[in-house]
Amino acid sequence: MKSKEGEILLKVENLSKHFPITKGLLRRKIGAIKAVDGISFEILKGETLGLVGESGCGKSTAARVILQLSYATEGNVFFKGQDLNSLSKEELRKLRQQMQMIFQDPQESLNPRMTVGSIISEPLIEHGTFRGKVLQDRVEQLLESVGMNREFANRYPHEFSGGQRQRIGIARALALSPDFIICDEPIAALDVSIQAQVVNLLEDLQEKFGLTYLFISHDLSMIRHIADRVAVMYLGRIVELASSKSLYSRPSHPYTQALLSAVPIHDPKREKKRERIILTGDVPSPADPPTGCHFSTRCSMAKEICFKESPNFRKASRGHHVACHLI
Amino acid sequence: MEYLIQGSVMIEKKPHFITFDNEIQHRSLWGDVWRQFCMHKGALAGVIVFIFITLLVSFGPLIHGIDPSTINFRERNLGPSLSHPLGTDNIGHDTLAQILAGGQVSLAVGFFAMLISLVLGTLIGVLAGFIKSLDGPLMRLTDLFLALPILPLLLVIILLFRDTLRTLYGPEAGIFLLIVFVIGITSWMHTARIVRGDVLGIKEREFVTAAHSIGTKKRRIIFRHILPNILSPIMVSATLGVANAIITESALSFLGLGFPPDFPTWGRLLYDGANFIQITPTRVIWPGVFIALTVLSVNYIGDGLRDALDPRLRGK
Repeated sequence: MKSKEGEILLKVENLSKHFPITKGLLRRKIGAIKAVDGISFEILKGETLGLVGESGCGKSTAARVILQLSYATEGNVFFKGQDLNSLSKEELRKLRQQMQMIFQDPQESLNPRMTVGSIISEPLIEHGTFRGKVLQDRVEQLLESVGMNREFANRYPHEFSGGQRQRIGIARALALSPDFIICDEPIAALDVSIQAQVVNLLEDLQEKFGLTYLFISHDLSMIRHIADRVAVMYLGRIVELASSKSLYSRPSHPYTQALLSAVPIHDPKREKKRERIILTGDVPSPADPPTGCHFSTRCSMAKEICFKESPNFRKASRGHHVACHLI
Repeated sequence: MEYLIQGSVMIEKKPHFITFDNEIQHRSLWGDVWRQFCMHKGALAGVIVFIFITLLVSFGPLIHGIDPSTINFRERNLGPSLSHPLGTDNIGHDTLAQILAGGQVSLAVGFFAMLISLVLGTLIGVLAGFIKSLDGPLMRLTDLFLALPILPLLLVIILLFRDTLRTLYGPEAGIFLLIVFVIGITSWMHTARIVRGDVLGIKEREFVTAAHSIGTKKRRIIFRHILPNILSPIMVSATLGVANAIITESALSFLGLGFPPDFPTWGRLLYDGANFIQITPTRVIWPGVFIALTVLSVNYIGDGLRDALDPRLRGK
């Protein structure tokens, strides 16, 4: 389902999300945690964009801001050419039919007091598309499409294992036949054998329904498997964006290089020779990011300019964008 | 022959199979709740006791047949006898008749006052917890009510409105409305605080975010996702509320702010009997037993309901 015509489904422009830090009785603003700090990218129809980065770099916040689940401090999100900021609440609610989200923790993302059937039918009822017998049929059909028994509709989430619960979450996201799904670390809470099942399910569904994914993960090999293009985030910014092939074969940004060097190779001979780039120090606090390049404090190749000026996000080769002074 | 038997078995089995299938499909929520509720022995006992007390106070007077307000000075301070099963008091009222009549009022006051305080407390708690801009004002209002000295407040309210309500609805109904309202409006604060705290927690859970991302309206998020998940604290405060309302009513009656002195309620009987505890201790014991049984049974019912409504505890 790789669309060659390159129709842009989602466009993110200079998106930022800052959480204010307040102090004292009057809640004076004394600073901001820059969780997402000016990211821009485009997602083409039918493709999977992988978003990687270590914990706390703003991946999930970016997902929430894109879906307007929390407000952006700055920047715009265009979905099918429509600026989501300019929509009224009701228009946005209607548009949510076309963009859905799969959550990280299947334990948390399902209401423990609702049956699986009512969880999956909630979006259908909310948008008034189905009723009665047709609704029940649709729920059963959705359960089957994620590989679950239709009789499970009467059960409660706690009666299922993590992988099954994640499938319920996927069925809910699929209910309204959306075009675009954000997968916010859908496999992080699952064990490895179940991870493969869920990822394969997501791929099958993509092929079947022509879905577009923004796939967030910190698992580099999984991203390599599922994504067409990959964006690497560090401390609220995208440092490198390239096609999966190009990124994994020729990582340009020092951070990406360090990340990739940490992935084990499944060949003992080559694994022995694998050179690791060990990053020293911690990720700086997003409340007080370093001036210049955010990665400068941990970069082994940093020069003077890296500490002063923030690098532009620019084209390194065809379809390969990097934010680094050295390239 | 064999074929025929097979055929008839198949015909017989088929409808059976269909009903079985339907049963699976329509396993209803309330059926499950009821099944789980029945497994809670205490709750079942609570229901039985509560129904027994309710039936007793509603139909008992018809069987017992003595008017609770009859005064008979010849039969003062009697012990239990056939004509007066629970004895009489110092001016010859029949104690059983008084307890039955008082029970109607006490139960009604307890139930309706609890309902008012519960609805008010839940409403304010949910609004404060869910809508950030209302949190401050509503919680300060709650603090204000908590800080008010309740007895002087009750005094003022009752003095202000007693006569108007009496003329509007008659002396007894008027006072009943007033007392229920007054108790309800002065006891919602704890519910509101507990509910607000729980709503603040639940609203940050991921399934609420998921509901937002689906496009569920705010009102529905409250009713579908938040309220069911804060049911346990609401249940607990409801059951405690019944007890609290019965006791508060008796305190009001004692102060002369509640029902008129000749109008029996459990609390009033308890307080009146307290002066005669050495002559006729049963006058204290019986209303006390009834209040305690009611409160205890309501508590157990609430306990059972809370467990039955939580799918995670069901079937364990």
